[in-house]
Amino acid sequence: MKFDRRLVSNFDWFLLLITIIIATIGIFNIYSATFAGKEPGGMPIYLKQVCWIVVGIFVMFLSFCVDYRLLERFAYPLFTVAVLLLILVIPFGKSVSGSRRWLELGGFSLQPSEFFKIAIIFILSKYFSKYPGYSLGAIRGLFIPFLMLALPVVLVLLQPDLGTALIIILIFLSLLLFNGIKMKNILIMSSVFLAGLPLFWHYLKSYQKMRILTFVNPDLDPLGSGYHIIQSKIAIGSGAFWGKGFLKGTQSQLLFLPEQHTDFVFSVFAEEWGFLGSLMVVSLYLLVVLWGLRIASHSREGFCAFLTFGIVSMFFWQIFINIGMSLGIIPVVGVPLPLMSYGGSSTISFLLGIGILINISTRRFLF
Amino acid sequence: MLLYDKDNKREFKKKLFFSIVFAIVAFTIILSRLWYLQILQGKKFKSLSENNRIRIVKIPAPRGIIFDRKGKALVDNYPSFDLSIIPEDVNDLESTIKKLSDLLNVTADLFKAKLKESRGNPPFKPIKVKTNLDYREVAILETNKLDLPGVTIEIAPKRLYIFDKLAAHLIGYTGKISESQLKTRVSDGYSMVDLIGKYGIEHDYETVLRGSNGGAQVEVDAVGRKVRVLRELEPTPGENIFLTIELDIQKLAEKALADMIGTVIVMDPNTGDILALASSPSFNPNMFSLGISSKEWECLVSNPNNPLANKAIQGQYPPGSVYKIITAIAGLEEKVITPETVFYCDGSYRFGRRAYRCWQRKGHGRVNLHRALVESCDVYFYQVGQRLGVDRIAYYSSLFGLGKPTGISRTNEKHGLIPTSLWKLEALKSPWQESETLSMAIGQGFVLVTPLQILNLISSMANGGILYRPQIVKKITSPGGDIIKEFFPEKMKKIPVSDNSINLIKDALWGVVNERLGTGWRARIEGADVAGKTGTAQVVGLPKDSSNEYVPFEHRDHAWFSAFAPKDKSKVAIVVLLEHGGHGGNKAAQIARDILKGSLKILNDDNSSF
Repeated sequence: MKFDRRLVSNFDWFLLLITIIIATIGIFNIYSATFAGKEPGGMPIYLKQVCWIVVGIFVMFLSFCVDYRLLERFAYPLFTVAVLLLILVIPFGKSVSGSRRWLELGGFSLQPSEFFKIAIIFILSKYFSKYPGYSLGAIRGLFIPFLMLALPVVLVLLQPDLGTALIIILIFLSLLLFNGIKMKNILIMSSVFLAGLPLFWHYLKSYQKMRILTFVNPDLDPLGSGYHIIQSKIAIGSGAFWGKGFLKGTQSQLLFLPEQHTDFVFSVFAEEWGFLGSLMVVSLYLLVVLWGLRIASHSREGFCAFLTFGIVSMFFWQIFINIGMSLGIIPVVGVPLPLMSYGGSSTISFLLGIGILINISTRRFLF
Repeated sequence: MLLYDKDNKREFKKKLFFSIVFAIVAFTIILSRLWYLQILQGKKFKSLSENNRIRIVKIPAPRGIIFDRKGKALVDNYPSFDLSIIPEDVNDLESTIKKLSDLLNVTADLFKAKLKESRGNPPFKPIKVKTNLDYREVAILETNKLDLPGVTIEIAPKRLYIFDKLAAHLIGYTGKISESQLKTRVSDGYSMVDLIGKYGIEHDYETVLRGSNGGAQVEVDAVGRKVRVLRELEPTPGENIFLTIELDIQKLAEKALADMIGTVIVMDPNTGDILALASSPSFNPNMFSLGISSKEWECLVSNPNNPLANKAIQGQYPPGSVYKIITAIAGLEEKVITPETVFYCDGSYRFGRRAYRCWQRKGHGRVNLHRALVESCDVYFYQVGQRLGVDRIAYYSSLFGLGKPTGISRTNEKHGLIPTSLWKLEALKSPWQESETLSMAIGQGFVLVTPLQILNLISSMANGGILYRPQIVKKITSPGGDIIKEFFPEKMKKIPVSDNSINLIKDALWGVVNERLGTGWRARIEGADVAGKTGTAQVVGLPKDSSNEYVPFEHRDHAWFSAFAPKDKSKVAIVVLLEHGGHGGNKAAQIARDILKGSLKILNDDNSSF
């Protein structure tokens, strides 16, 4: 590829800057979250996160180098590989506390469901950009996208990973609405969903029913998620305006919080940096979302608009659900907070997403 | 690639505008919630966090109780007082440990070791440092509790095996969940400190007995004492199990077996219910529930007599002469002999270039089937075996369930081995020798059985040819006593053998015990019509004239005796196996007699009381 100087002059430095700020805050916060109760030996978790971010930035750069008009070609292969990986997890996955989510690859654990989020955004963008909302008038036209959704969601639920399945469904619905859908179809879909619920419920095992009931009402599980929510609220609330300071959060340093470097990472941050810090991080996230929507609105091609919108919706839902859960306004569900939660697969796929946004944002001036 | 047209683009812009509004609203919700928690409620949460006193207390579910068939408890729970330390609530760990060790007269190292094990736990989590405090210790700690902040006494149900070693192999034991078990069962709600059934009924019926743990969110004061319960989840006790075991008969069996090595099983031949099962040497399951030391464990596993093995289902022995029942039935059914067929026994049988001896060196003279069984003549059965061939004997063995597990338990029941010519070709890569058929016909050579398989064989004689699946669980009831599941006799099959053959054998078995020269005369009980068969299984080839006293213990023969009584309308069947117990007609027959006599009395008393 011939180097185009405009790639530099039009480069979306702003998005890159925000991303790096958030990721840096994330590393410091993971350092604090794992400061107490760390196990001796092995690489500290915050350093591992640094490695993941370095790998992620490399992937981001790669995704930036590809001409965005070529990205569309990746849709089908990407989707196929992602689904295959999800299938492989079922028999070969590594089981951690009762769920199989990871594939062991020579010392690394890969979480295919994280990458699948990007894959489904690609394939839906391609499909919807070919068939805009008005052409999908008949319910038949929605059949294929639903097929793309159903198998992977079932596979993810089998792991079981309720949080990721929920995110995938939300991304799907966001793109569906963005493409436009007739009111009639919305009604049909929701009535099919409601009619199917009792049947679905009937086939669940009692422990599965319990899991869903506690998801809706944590009070049913006063020893598990009910307890976690209380401790998370105490952590965030006690941060007050100024926060307790770095490494000084009693809730996190005394390990009252569950999963404090992954799902409840925001509580650690809010305790130590207070309302001021939280306001800053939430604003940075809002900036990413709004900036992303701006990129979508400037996109010249349907595929890119969908792709951008899909990636933005992925960020939005994960941010909203994760923080909402920590704040006790949404039931407990394990979803990583973009670039703040520890995790290789999620960090890399978020940075990949950002890379694609920068790519589209930069290149729209070229043609 | 589809470029969008103007309309489409306008449509997109509209949707994007809505998305922006939606995102801003969502983030505003988050920010106002943050405002509420951190600014409006900040003070409250700050004081809550400075003095975070909300703890999770686990309330373990009591495990189901195990009863005998009449409802006498064999395994129960009792409250154990456990000493825990909550590091966060302790002012000075060193001095607290010192105080504790002075008060309880225990070395401080023990506590330190336990604390060390639990490093990395959150400091508010109680660490159990001593279990099963006695009342004196509890009293001492209670009076000194103001000096011991952060030290708590928790009450947890512990497993109590009321009769210690009694039926230990059947009941099994519970122990701390192992790391590998935890990995696979964490989704069933097990945690690191949980107990899990590891052996016997405790293992096989783990899901039934376990119940589900409860817990509570409690607020504690500055020294870790409970102030109030915020929310509580009641534990659900496990379900109770009624075994088919009859406690008094089991006691009888254990007593009769005493310190010999072997096993005794008693069964109701009309249902397959196991009334008693003892295996010796045994172990005390209470050792495991209190936490077994590695030294005690070492001692159990290194014992050459293998106290942890249930010899009734895991011991495999040559059946010896008991197997002649099979050879006899096969001979009759295949019509290679009739009851009147007579062979002459002069003390040995010449086959090829070798003389195959009868245990009776003087010889039995002219014997028919009845006499051959009564006096256990080897020479007679050599010739029956020779006429049948290996595969026909094997076929009749399998009809009676030999060579495969009976299905009594999920824990490692052994198959035994019934050789066939094909088996030998595949396993040993050499063709079957006819001389091996001779050994097989008298239950030696390759043949291996478990004592329970022999009991099944003798039971099917007692009940006229029906093979029942041996049962050890009679019913499962809820903690309240309602029947959840009841186990009924399971007929595996009616053995396709003529009643005539079975009756002939039954008469002969009666003769073994009650006729002159019968090898099982020591099992005779006046008025009870015992019928049975002795067996002596060679461990190593011994010269037949060597008397057992001069043979090293581990080379002595295994002794079998298997019987039922009364001969008609049998009430009880028994098998006795003594490792290195010498001739089956001696000690084994005596033991069987004592147990049969006691059992018949117990069963008759039960009947008359109805």
